Amino acid sequence: MSITELGRTGAGPASDGGADLAVRAEGLVKTFGTHRAVDGIDLEVRPGEIFGVLGPNGAGKTTTLRMLATLLKIDAGRAEIFGVDVAANPHMIRQLVGVTGQYASVDEKLTARENLWLFSRLQGIAAPRARHIATELLGQFGLEDAADKPIAQYSGGMRRRLDLAASLITRPPLIFLDEPTTGLDPRTRGQMWDTIRSLVTDGCTVLLTTQYLDEADQLADRVAVIDRGRKVAEGTPDELKTAVGNSTLQVQLAEPADVPTAVEIVRRVLGSEPILSPEQGRLNVALDQADLAAEVLIGLRTAGVSISSVSVAKPSLDEVFLALTGHEADDEHEAGTEENR
Amino acid sequence: MSTVIAPVRETVRAADRVAAARRRVSTAETFSQTLMMAWRALKKMRRNPEQFFDVALQPILFTAMFAFIFGGAIAGDVQSYLPLMIPGILAQTVLTTCMATGTQLREDMEKGVFDRFKSLPIARIAPLAGPMVADLVRYTIAATLTFGMGLVMGYRPGGGAGGVLAAILLAIFTGWSLAWVFTWVGTIARSAQAVQGISMMILFPLTFLSNAFVPIDTLPGWLAAFVRVNPVSHLVTAARDLANNASLSGEVGWTLLASVIVMVIFAPLSVRSYKRHM
Repeated sequence: MSITELGRTGAGPASDGGADLAVRAEGLVKTFGTHRAVDGIDLEVRPGEIFGVLGPNGAGKTTTLRMLATLLKIDAGRAEIFGVDVAANPHMIRQLVGVTGQYASVDEKLTARENLWLFSRLQGIAAPRARHIATELLGQFGLEDAADKPIAQYSGGMRRRLDLAASLITRPPLIFLDEPTTGLDPRTRGQMWDTIRSLVTDGCTVLLTTQYLDEADQLADRVAVIDRGRKVAEGTPDELKTAVGNSTLQVQLAEPADVPTAVEIVRRVLGSEPILSPEQGRLNVALDQADLAAEVLIGLRTAGVSISSVSVAKPSLDEVFLALTGHEADDEHEAGTEENR
Repeated sequence: MSTVIAPVRETVRAADRVAAARRRVSTAETFSQTLMMAWRALKKMRRNPEQFFDVALQPILFTAMFAFIFGGAIAGDVQSYLPLMIPGILAQTVLTTCMATGTQLREDMEKGVFDRFKSLPIARIAPLAGPMVADLVRYTIAATLTFGMGLVMGYRPGGGAGGVLAAILLAIFTGWSLAWVFTWVGTIARSAQAVQGISMMILFPLTFLSNAFVPIDTLPGWLAAFVRVNPVSHLVTAARDLANNASLSGEVGWTLLASVIVMVIFAPLSVRSYKRHM
């Protein structure tokens, strides 16, 4: 599949017949007053994959997810989940989709066990079975020690785990995760990632939203980048990175005072301008070919500029986002990603 | 929807799930889901005993206050005012209790858990009706305390235990059906405070512009006309007949009819606005 397919995704074997797709959305629109929060989004999620919807705050990710989960009315366009029309058969959709919201949607006044029991019983699971499922899920998500404590005493990570556990009670074939790790510390985040990966090995399909570019990179098989209610690109994380076309050379100079010399050398060797990183004495150099890195390094060596570290990498999704939308994801999210590096 | 939960490692097959998915909720499912929601509300009540302050304090305070303030003026003395007033307080207490139903529902709806309720394949009415079923406990407490306080102050109902019980049951039923009005307000208002405000505006005219505390013949004609058609007046008169004379008057029928009408109108309205609004 080629990169940055704007608008409708191209025909592949998976797009013949909606029933083969886990999610097929065409031209979804949601308007709040005069604001078009979602402005004609198409999505095709294949069964068994982790599909990431990536974008900054307010891009329309959550709204899209809520429309697909029957939590919001679809203003225009249509959506199917495993071939079932979302607007026409909301009750069926609710049996096929497990939703984990951005904020833990569990009852704070009940204990974890009571929450799982309640949600099981509401879905028609008989009492002995419901008890069994609660115990099993509590074990699986490492919550057995806190099972009978009120949720108010839970940490953010524990709440998220309980929330996810509650979405898995009936083992739905499709799971929506709305920013599953926002606000979690790096360790808890890694655990959550492992849990999400394990879901697809059971045959589930996962549709997740995230504003963390590295999260999409880590988890998703395919990513749709959303900005201001529109899809701006779609592809695998690697395809998206390659879309920006090249590699990046990162050089950390031993002496920050050498920066002007180093900039001069890069200009001479490549004829292009290096990007100065906010960190002292660090340069990012965009390369058409990774081979050119050697030329730059030789130039630095010849000029006697000492280097403390060097790396050649594909550009981060941050850079991809910048290249695709022409603006930074946004300040808040920038801070978020730095933290999690 | 008794979805079969496979052992942990068995693969989830989407096609089977689609084939097994039901198009709508059955009545039996709606009923059991409502009871589960009631279970949840009762659990919360037990953990939040403050919720019982209003239902416990109001009957006690108001009975004592109103008896001593209005008793002499309206009925000559406190003793002869009690048979008139206690059924009035009963109606007022039950109404205040159902106002709390709307406010609490609204507070509850602002929490994340309502998102999950909406995403589950359950009847839309269950999250609204469940707390109302649990509130029957609060109506019972409020009604029982009102009569208990009356007895302490020297009220001796002529209708005997049977009459009093019938009056209490009637009040509970009426309160429960009127609660749908406040539930509806709960689903349309912007915040819990707004629910409180709007509910007060409904509640005060209903209770005070009734025969709950004063005989109708003391009122000017235009006001008496409203008071006569006010369903609360019917409830109060019916409760008086039951508790004081053990007589099953036509007022009981009017009260039940009014309650059913309120429910038939406001239950669907509540569900509709709940579905659309959140």
